[in-house]
Amino acid sequence: MPVPHYRQQLLPGFRLALGCALVYLSLIVVLPLTGLAIKASQLSLAEFWQTASGERALASYRVTFGASLLAATINCFFGLIVAWILVRYSFPGKRLIDALVDLPFALPTAVAGITLATLYAENGWIGRYLEPLGLKVAFTPLGIVVALTFVSLPFVVRTLQPVLEDIEPEVEEAAASLGASRFQTFVRVLLPTILPALLTGFTLALSRSVGEYGSVIFIAGNMPLISEITPLLIISKLEQYDVVGATALATVMLAISFVLLLAVNALQWWTAHRDGRDGAGTGQP
Amino acid sequence: MSCKFLSRLLVIALAIAGPPAMADSNLLNVSYDVSRDFYKDYNPIFQKHWKATSGESIDIRQSHGGSSKQVRAVADGLEADVVTMNQASDVDFLADKGLVARDYTRKFPNNASPYTSTMVFIVRKGNPKAIKDWNDLARPGVQVILPHPKNTGNGRYTYLAAWGYAISQPGGNDRTAQDFVARMLKNAPLFAAGGRDATTTFMQRRIGDVLVSFESEAELIAREFGKGDFEVIYPSISVLTEFPVAIIDRVVDKKGTRKVAQAYLDFLWSPAGQENAAQNYLRPRNAELLRKYAAQFPPIRTFTVDELFGGWARAFPIHFRDGGTFDQIYQQK
Repeated sequence: MPVPHYRQQLLPGFRLALGCALVYLSLIVVLPLTGLAIKASQLSLAEFWQTASGERALASYRVTFGASLLAATINCFFGLIVAWILVRYSFPGKRLIDALVDLPFALPTAVAGITLATLYAENGWIGRYLEPLGLKVAFTPLGIVVALTFVSLPFVVRTLQPVLEDIEPEVEEAAASLGASRFQTFVRVLLPTILPALLTGFTLALSRSVGEYGSVIFIAGNMPLISEITPLLIISKLEQYDVVGATALATVMLAISFVLLLAVNALQWWTAHRDGRDGAGTGQP
Repeated sequence: MSCKFLSRLLVIALAIAGPPAMADSNLLNVSYDVSRDFYKDYNPIFQKHWKATSGESIDIRQSHGGSSKQVRAVADGLEADVVTMNQASDVDFLADKGLVARDYTRKFPNNASPYTSTMVFIVRKGNPKAIKDWNDLARPGVQVILPHPKNTGNGRYTYLAAWGYAISQPGGNDRTAQDFVARMLKNAPLFAAGGRDATTTFMQRRIGDVLVSFESEAELIAREFGKGDFEVIYPSISVLTEFPVAIIDRVVDKKGTRKVAQAYLDFLWSPAGQENAAQNYLRPRNAELLRKYAAQFPPIRTFTVDELFGGWARAFPIHFRDGGTFDQIYQQK
């Protein structure tokens, strides 16, 4: 049966809904970003470049994006495990663990930062065992990774859960009965299906981490050139009442984030496209 | 059913957001972060005084937060009748915006600062590193805990106090002062996010040998962590920290609250207001009360930011703006 180009929806009101969506997005997203761009454009190109490419600014981009990428990667690995056991197994206390995953959403991030700093400090519950190993976490860039891993965990788990629920256990059984090893089942059968969701989770976790301020400043130590994140430099500019300088840094962050998100989206498109050609999920010839 | 639920929710939200004012008029005092306790005690004293002298009841609302954030909110339209800040640079910003009189420091006595404090050292019990003065903070092997010198008020005061110490030494000049401060900052394992965070890092996480903080914070530490755990050391010289207050002309003229706003700030200098400062471990301007509370305020040689640095308007750009002396310390390497 030919697929119609324009499908008649059961519910009317497409125009109204589209109008609402556009107005809402304009007010909530486009307007503030436009304001940011206008404010930043008050700088001449040379001034902008000087602000955006200062030694401390460059160091802070490295710290912010490096720690965020690392945290998102860690969460993709462990978040997948968490999502997997929550979907595939039933065990006592499962509901509790499921609820725990959302905790980083709900906890004020400053509280998280202070708690993590106390735990990982030299005399903290965790820090005291890491200290003899020569591992300093609190007040180092490593502490930033810990804080970002904490705040961005739910994004990966919650994105993966519905997708994993959709995969019937029979799929694995079928793979096994056709002679696939466990490893092959995972890599050839499961991973292609969950990869788009995993990438979405990665993107969300990354975006969350890049903008995070509240928890990080309490555990970072905030040493110039070593553990200063870009949001801290933005606050620092605001402390000097240098709003335009702050928007310059914000614009750079936005640009880097945009490129990263674009790259992940391209990757996602590529995986979906590849699946489509294999004819694995979409049902198209 | 859900409509009823929603309306109930709305009622609750409104009740939380703003109780309807029953008083004849109201004041909004926008203040810095750690003045909560001071104004929690002061406001009832003033309300009683105002009722007795004018017969009117007054509702006083407080807003606390990081001082520059607070000031920016006022500049952006938060209708504060008065601001009570911990650094002149913040009120200067409002003066630049035309919200506060240019000569606000002369509208009230004592540079418009009803009380003062100073930066002191908190060390571990028994002072194991024998820390006596600022030069001990620059010694190798001593760890110093302080809030971020560029981004926080107490950090900036600590920075200027150390600078002032170095410059007041024989042969001291701007170069030796910057070297000295650089050596002291090298001893900082971290820069805390704020004053309270520095306290937690030092007292609870047991990091560092010395914490530089406001004299008034030392008492709060004693209340929170017990007196037996630390000692307060008074350096040979320190910075006198002033806490300027000002009326926001545009707001009081619009709301018609100039008289009560003026009285509210004037009363800070009254014996009752000054005693409240002393009880909150802030040094009163009133000499008589300072003597009465001499036990908690040992004499210490101090300089003001005006005396040594020509005021915040000069000190801020030189030291804390991008490319200032603080940035130079980290960029010369």
